[in-house]
Amino acid sequence: MKFKEFICFKATIPALKATDRDGAISELVSALVEAGKLPTGQAKDVTKAVIKRENEASTGMGKGVAVPHVKHPAAKGVIGAVGLSAEGIDFSSLDEQPVYSVILLISPMDNPDKHLQAMENVFKHLQKERFRKFLRQCRTPGELEDLLNEADEKPSW
Amino acid sequence: MVIRPARPAGPGIHAGDGTLGKPVCERTVEIKNALGLHLRPAMKFIDIANRFASDVQVSNGQSTADGKSIMEMGTLAAIYGTRLMIRAEGPDAEQAVDALRELVEVRMFDEPPPEDKTQATK
Repeated sequence: MKFKEFICFKATIPALKATDRDGAISELVSALVEAGKLPTGQAKDVTKAVIKRENEASTGMGKGVAVPHVKHPAAKGVIGAVGLSAEGIDFSSLDEQPVYSVILLISPMDNPDKHLQAMENVFKHLQKERFRKFLRQCRTPGELEDLLNEADEKPSW
Repeated sequence: MVIRPARPAGPGIHAGDGTLGKPVCERTVEIKNALGLHLRPAMKFIDIANRFASDVQVSNGQSTADGKSIMEMGTLAAIYGTRLMIRAEGPDAEQAVDALRELVEVRMFDEPPPEDKTQATK
């Protein structure tokens, strides 16, 4: 499953205002609402659900990336948002290091396979140092969109 | 994607077949929990794999992942019903494979099987 099939390019934030985990999650959920991917009335509930999931086990994978996610009835398909923080955010990561790149995924309740396909793609790219570096360097939504499209088009990149 | 060179996987490899003289143990397991190998199960997997000295590799037939790396395990996209080949190489290879098989097939990552088991998809 390619980035462009689930990442909402209108919900990418090159400089997160939030400096803490919950704030970053809330900011990214709001971006999905503003982009029309989630109903306005659901923002609070989705944010709460992501934080609850995060509290059960951190999605901070180490190497400066986190992939907070949850299954929620408000999601019709897998939808994703991307946020970057130059200062770094504490996600209680595996390696105890700050997180600079956050990929938020909201998946539908009834399609665990689609969720796994999106995860497959996210991890495939995030495990590459070059991709992580380029991701962190993005300064505008346009640059983020270009990078993700490039990753989609060059599977071996 | 394959990070390490692909090994000749298949039924022909058995314990003791290590070319470097290290014990090798392989076993195919099947994902039996409804949600498949999502992040938390993958974390449990690497947690157990990391308790052993042996190298652990997991293959879904298309790609091979380091069984001790969360990011690589995340790329297997193993849904319910997927068969995975677990290959351990090292002094405690057999114990590692036994423990991982128990996690996947017996404990099912401490998660429920599908409500309707007839919906099995490959």
